[in-house]
Amino acid sequence: MITVENLTKSFPGKGDHVLALDGVSLSVPAGTVCGVVGPSGAGKSTLARCVALLERPDRGSIRVEGVDLVALRGRELRDARRRIGVVPQGDSLLRQRTAAGNVALPLESAGMAAPARRARVAELLDLVGLTNKAGSYPDQLSGGQRQRVAVARALAASPSVLLADEPTSALDPETTGSVLAVLDRVRSELGVTVLVVTHDMAVVRRICDDVAVLEAGRVVEHGKVLDLLTQPGSRITASLLPEVDQAGSTPREVGQYDVVAEVVLVGFAAVGALLPEAAHRHDVELAILGGGLTRLGETPVARFKIGINGERSERALSWLAERDAVIRRAPRDIGGLAA
Amino acid sequence: MREPTPWDRVFDLVISATGDTVYMVGIATLLAALGGIPLGIVLHMTSPTGLSPRRITHRVLGAVVDVGRSLPFVVLLVVLSAFTRALVQTTIGPTAVIVPLTVGAVPFVARLVESALREVNVAVVEAAITTGASRLRLVRSVLLREAGPALVAAIGVTAVTLIGYSAMAGVIGGGGLGDLAIRHGYQRNDERILLASVLVLGGLAWLTQLTSDFIARTIDRRRSALRV
Repeated sequence: MITVENLTKSFPGKGDHVLALDGVSLSVPAGTVCGVVGPSGAGKSTLARCVALLERPDRGSIRVEGVDLVALRGRELRDARRRIGVVPQGDSLLRQRTAAGNVALPLESAGMAAPARRARVAELLDLVGLTNKAGSYPDQLSGGQRQRVAVARALAASPSVLLADEPTSALDPETTGSVLAVLDRVRSELGVTVLVVTHDMAVVRRICDDVAVLEAGRVVEHGKVLDLLTQPGSRITASLLPEVDQAGSTPREVGQYDVVAEVVLVGFAAVGALLPEAAHRHDVELAILGGGLTRLGETPVARFKIGINGERSERALSWLAERDAVIRRAPRDIGGLAA
Repeated sequence: MREPTPWDRVFDLVISATGDTVYMVGIATLLAALGGIPLGIVLHMTSPTGLSPRRITHRVLGAVVDVGRSLPFVVLLVVLSAFTRALVQTTIGPTAVIVPLTVGAVPFVARLVESALREVNVAVVEAAITTGASRLRLVRSVLLREAGPALVAAIGVTAVTLIGYSAMAGVIGGGGLGDLAIRHGYQRNDERILLASVLVLGGLAWLTQLTSDFIARTIDRRRSALRV
């Protein structure tokens, strides 16, 4: 469990100080994955560097299992650093050491004896699926493999918290999958709490339980991904869900329906059966005009634009709403005018 | 016109002078590395982007190093004669030349080492910091190891430069190939000796560079030292 409280950090800039973090508070429950997203310049990197204990905040605290790490210095600080595993942004492996040598570094710092170290390194390389690459140097590995070695290194000293700073920024979608799969295993098999700073919504979709949106140094939204999804006015919903306005849903077509709305459905049952059932029960014609299906972790999630025709169209819509589908009315007038 | 020196005599002279040059340059390079590497590490550590920034120390050390580097070797040779006498009880001969060679090379090595360490990727060093590594470990296992090939190259460049410098030692009767070329070859107008000593001097420098390149390449685990 990691708790960030009221973290504030400014940098000297031209004339004025630049406030990179403005009272950021964030709590990640043990064994969950929390994503920090936001536009560039929002303070994501600064937050990551503070949590990695590479940057000292002006104010605020960073607690791991209740212990504040911000004020530590010297040996205590070095020991504290091993309680937070860090997967830094970009290439961070020692290029003159093998994969195994890189993973061993935190263990050497911790003073572990060579035989125990070798065993632990083997275990970690197995966890990230790179046992056969132990003797390879970073330049002989692919980007995704290097990143998995970095994850293994971050986990070497058995930290309870893992921080990953843009772990997928330099990777193609396929390799991104392999790195995210490893991060997911870290949480599920080791019970490590993961904080992942990213601009890539695919990361949030794939592995995050919680998400915090950072804007201009402040947390403007924070909660469970699935909860935020159904919350009206949430800023990340749009970027997490499939687009609705696709070719085919022209205003002309929209105008043919009595009711046009956007629905968000969460979960297997809702996605699979709710729309046909609504049509059947209320004897209406229900058509999907746009949108699509995606997956948040294991949960299927859909956003559709639907058009309904029939006497009981409104009734069908409220029936959907009663079953936890999130309904947003489309601006009917515009469709009507165009038709 | 005198009889030219017989080739077997030229051979003997060049062999003996080569021994002197190798001795002078070898010991001086070793001592310069012993002095220059720690100095270069301190220069890098105390720099604003280093692991323990100390502005004043960095400035002062930097000034000393730059002054040391800017003194022409011939001047150093003369200026240091009292110091040399105190240290090795003589001001002529190969052993005496080692002193100014070393003094001249230490700041040179220090700057080369500093720039080699500066080339180590900051992200890599920071990643090592997050593993809880101590400063000593960061220097030993990260900075020096990552910069290893560049450090070897720096020592190689230093040795080649010192071969050149050692030739100037002929001016004060220092011995070695340079001395031979100037006193026997040039001043006595002995073309055979001049030619032979210059060829061997050049060959020595080339061989040194080749060796240093080979070692640097052998210890380098990157796929290619060339980055585009």
